[in-house]
Amino acid sequence: MISANLSAIFYLASGILFILALRGLSSPDTSRQGNYFGILGMIIAVIVSFLSIDSFSINVIYVLLFLIIGGSIGAFIAFKIPMTAMPELVAGFHSLVGLAAVFVAVAAYLNPQAFNLGSPGNIKLASLIEMSIGAAVGAITFSGSIIAFLKLRGIMSGSPITFIGQHYLNLILGIAIFVLIFYLCKLQSDSLFWTVILISFLIGVLLIIPIGGADMPVVISMLNSYSGWAAAGIGFTLENTALIITGALVGSSGAILSYIMCKAMNRSFVSVILGGFGANNSSSDIKEKKDQKPVKSGNAEDAAFLMKNASSVIIVPGYGMAVAQAQHALREMVDKLKKNDIKVTYAIHPVAGRMPGHMNVLLAEANVPYDEVFELEDINNDFANSDVAFVIGANDVTNPIAKTDPKSPIFGMPVLDVEKCKSVLFVKRSLSPGYAGVDNELFYKDNTLMLFADAKKMTEDIVKNLD
Amino acid sequence: MEIDPFIFRLSIFILSIFIGYYVVWSVTPSLHTPLMSVTNAISSVIIVGAIIAALAGSSDNVFEASSIYGFLAITLAAVNIFGGFLVTQRMLQMYKKKKNKKK
Repeated sequence: MISANLSAIFYLASGILFILALRGLSSPDTSRQGNYFGILGMIIAVIVSFLSIDSFSINVIYVLLFLIIGGSIGAFIAFKIPMTAMPELVAGFHSLVGLAAVFVAVAAYLNPQAFNLGSPGNIKLASLIEMSIGAAVGAITFSGSIIAFLKLRGIMSGSPITFIGQHYLNLILGIAIFVLIFYLCKLQSDSLFWTVILISFLIGVLLIIPIGGADMPVVISMLNSYSGWAAAGIGFTLENTALIITGALVGSSGAILSYIMCKAMNRSFVSVILGGFGANNSSSDIKEKKDQKPVKSGNAEDAAFLMKNASSVIIVPGYGMAVAQAQHALREMVDKLKKNDIKVTYAIHPVAGRMPGHMNVLLAEANVPYDEVFELEDINNDFANSDVAFVIGANDVTNPIAKTDPKSPIFGMPVLDVEKCKSVLFVKRSLSPGYAGVDNELFYKDNTLMLFADAKKMTEDIVKNLD
Repeated sequence: MEIDPFIFRLSIFILSIFIGYYVVWSVTPSLHTPLMSVTNAISSVIIVGAIIAALAGSSDNVFEASSIYGFLAITLAAVNIFGGFLVTQRMLQMYKKKKNKKK
């Protein structure tokens, strides 16, 4: 057994390695090294946790057994998961962190001696508060992530579920948690502890069901943040530096990502949480417009012709590309264009896809060099000087109405200035509005050619026509 | 008067939030998905608590309640650790391949 001081030093070391792991992600070149730092930090933490036990019992074998079982499942998932399913994978992983936090808190509650927190029924006050908070946040993370997972996976409808008095119910439940924790500290009764956890599960569900599909980038980031705070809460309970540092890192990371996502949609965090966005599409209004305005539609041949005669093309991918798995076909198309000396770049809106950076990963999977992929603010001025914008699977993020109509629900949202291109090719299955329920003016512009088809099929047809 | 150790932990916590804040802002947006998967993996360092809980049981009674919760937490956290780091590695590998091709 190593001394408590020595193990604290080691935990600090693994905390620092985790910081370096995140630091590595500042550029793709250093990112892999960063990941190794993270793995090293984890190995140190796990070994130290073994060494900090006085005497080993038969349990070691079981611990290793469960470690191997869990590890194999994790490794299997990591190698099998398609890149398009990353959002639901991350949501699923968040739920596991949340549930693990709950279980650790329960274990600490049932056997406080193991962590020097007192004895059952007589746990130190501070520890009790910390473990209840850790368990509550963990439980919210768990059930919230499960709902997010079901929505992303399509098992549950992505449309918001709202009912009257929802927010009041959440508020009451939230207050109830604090009241229960207060009495838990006074009475140290098991049933109160379990009630806190149960109510927290319920809150997690209620928090996520009113949030709609396209707000998912915010939800995932938010749950990411919660999983961090849960870990930090447990870290305080167990007086473990590695956990406290990591929890704070992950918590602030998720919070920053939520902030970036909200800003990219020009929505306040509160309005995302309150949910219900896109629930009531004014569909009659849209139909009217459709009848009035003519739309130019074309086929793969027209699109190929336009692009062949262009000197620069900007590709705007969106969630539709992920759904259709069109990223490989897209890359093929771009290769053909490049052979004709056409300059091709990619423009990515921060909320394209269902999680932060989703499009970047898909393009990376299709072997698109990352220096051809640009973020909104870096490329937005280039649209005016480009010949063709190829919008594949994106919609709301290109809608010029966000700049012109203060009444529009997406007004003020930063959008890609696609309409400034000489011509716009819009791959879409129908004229239906995007998630925000707003008709896209871009469809009716003179320089827009609509390509009505599945994104993958259309791209493949264009590839054929480029020969 | 002595300072409560809790205050030290709170200091570490607050300072780490600041470190997290600055480090995460420097992450390039194209790596936001790997950022999420790696933070997922590292937050599973909660496994140390699970291991301690699981090992605390006596040899006569391996499956007492607190150890069982420990075992469950170990399994869940292990899925996350291996899954999180490996999927991150897989993603980051893709960012590398392209670069080599270009050279």
